[in-house]
Amino acid sequence: MAKPRDDRAWVLVLPVLLLVAFSALIPMMTVVNYSVQDSFGNNQFFWNGTGWFRELLDPATELGGRFFDALWRTLLFSALCLLIEIPLGIAVALTLPRRGWGVAVSLVVLALPLLIPWNVVGTIWQVFARRDIGLLGAAVNGLGIDYNYAQDPLAAWVTVVAMDVWHWTSLVVLLCYAGLRAIPDAYYQAAKVDGAGAWAVFRAIQLPKLRRVLTIAVLLRFMDSFMIYTEPFVVTGGGPGNATTFLSIDLVKLALGQFDLGKAAAMSIVYNLIILTVCWVFFATTTRGQSEAVQGTAQGAGR
Amino acid sequence: MARIAFDRLAHAYAGGGGYALKPMDMVWEDAGAYALLGPSGCGKTTLLNIVSGLIHPSAGRVLFDGIDVTALPTERRNVAQVFQFPVVYDTMTVRENLAFPLRNRGVPAVAARARVEHVAGLLGLARDLDRRARNLGADEKQKISLGRGLVRDDVAAILFDEPLTVIDPHLKWELRSRLKELHRQVPVTMIYVTHDQTEALTFADRVVVMSEGEVLQIGTPEALFDRPSHRFVGHFIGSPGMNFLPCTVIGDAALLPGGERIALPRAYPVLQGRVELGIRPEFASLAPAGSQAGLPARLQRVEDLGRRRIARLDLAGQPFAATLPEGMPVPSEPRVALDPARLHVYADGRLTVGEG
Repeated sequence: MAKPRDDRAWVLVLPVLLLVAFSALIPMMTVVNYSVQDSFGNNQFFWNGTGWFRELLDPATELGGRFFDALWRTLLFSALCLLIEIPLGIAVALTLPRRGWGVAVSLVVLALPLLIPWNVVGTIWQVFARRDIGLLGAAVNGLGIDYNYAQDPLAAWVTVVAMDVWHWTSLVVLLCYAGLRAIPDAYYQAAKVDGAGAWAVFRAIQLPKLRRVLTIAVLLRFMDSFMIYTEPFVVTGGGPGNATTFLSIDLVKLALGQFDLGKAAAMSIVYNLIILTVCWVFFATTTRGQSEAVQGTAQGAGR
Repeated sequence: MARIAFDRLAHAYAGGGGYALKPMDMVWEDAGAYALLGPSGCGKTTLLNIVSGLIHPSAGRVLFDGIDVTALPTERRNVAQVFQFPVVYDTMTVRENLAFPLRNRGVPAVAARARVEHVAGLLGLARDLDRRARNLGADEKQKISLGRGLVRDDVAAILFDEPLTVIDPHLKWELRSRLKELHRQVPVTMIYVTHDQTEALTFADRVVVMSEGEVLQIGTPEALFDRPSHRFVGHFIGSPGMNFLPCTVIGDAALLPGGERIALPRAYPVLQGRVELGIRPEFASLAPAGSQAGLPARLQRVEDLGRRRIARLDLAGQPFAATLPEGMPVPSEPRVALDPARLHVYADGRLTVGEG
């Protein structure tokens, strides 16, 4: 049966189109427009072509130098976050109770950091880690360790990474916990019958069954940590010096501090493309194995 | 390989609800092929999990060759178990799956390899050894589960928990006969839980019939058919199941409520409780038209089962199934002839043995 066709239906799509145009398309095209121009005060713009992009991608220039410095810092930050949060999240999820009153209590406690507004997380840690009045900072200094995140780059990094772990490990835990709960009891019983110890159970059953949720967890944590802005901005403001100036912070400095709209626009486009590319590559490689598995099951069922 | 014995074994799950398994003494002979048959929720799986140690019984002892293993955890009991839904380790090949129990027990790689290949040959998995286990069909996954039990040469018993539930009907037959064949080659105690009497009767040398947490009868398929020791067994085994007629037994005769007198092969003492006469439809047949022998009944319908026809009757107010002999036209005033040698008397559901 042919579906009835009425071109007036396009009118119904119009509100959405307008909304998307104002919220996404027009701002984005404005950025693209800025990225090929040089701006001066008084709203004067001069055509610059691909100049900003060439400068940005050349580490020898001032712009390229600060861009690549910030990019490596951000990548290092993301890598540290993933390396700590993913194993820690799995480990915590494995130790959570499977039934009883402990389940609800643990889940609520774990969800708490996720519910706190990001700038509040930053403020909490900004105070918590202060060497004069912060519980953590004062305690660490009391132990005789010189810790001052406002002056020492290493201390600043430790603080920012610890804050991210505190804030986001819960997300990994909750995802893994859901994945673990979905494993049927028969697997554990079979493993017992096969004499498998805890490590063998983890390798043979739990880790493979967690693959799907871990893919999501890694993807979410990479994107979020790669785009992090609020918390380090509140705690360190990008310092000391430029030690914790991540790409997003650098971008804001460039756009709103120096008001270099052309450079900032070029940087934000490249920044955006990096995130998209990394996510796509990651997603494509991790889901390829799974689609093979689905085909395999279909073949198996067909025989 | 082992002789498994239950000593005053009973189990009640936490949270009340009474016994899941009522106190029992039982022996599973070494190298026997047992089927544990009963309706859903009768305690079959509980019993199986007690043997494997996944459940610890609330009372009594489990003995393997006379050694008390009640407190031993599953991994130290040398039992293998095949579950209802196939469990394979997804990321491993068939070979690694089969070697998994050996690797966990620290068997040297060379010995493990030989064992795995031997078992794969037994199960017809030799060609699939290097395939990924998750790409196989449900029947092959079940073979892998079974194989993980067989690779251990010290295995005391292999337990099957309704293993053919998710297998296609035409493959069920093949797997069942392979299992039977396997039992001949590898004489190890096998306990097979099922609620399907065909599966139970074709697989097992001895069938254990359970109902409501109680073992009602242990016997060969023939014994269960010929002399069901409990009303439930008679009803549950056979299709259709045994007929039961309430009656009064005096000496060697049974009186039906309608006044008909049926001669019994044996004399019985005075019986207490609800007394019933039991006979299988196979031994009750419709008499030819015009015959005055047998009991009058009302015909309700005839079921054609292919190989034979079953007449559904109303006999003295009770539903009754009888065989309609081959070639006989459906009679208008049916009478049922009972084979006297096949009549059994049940008092309060239990078989009563007469004298003589």
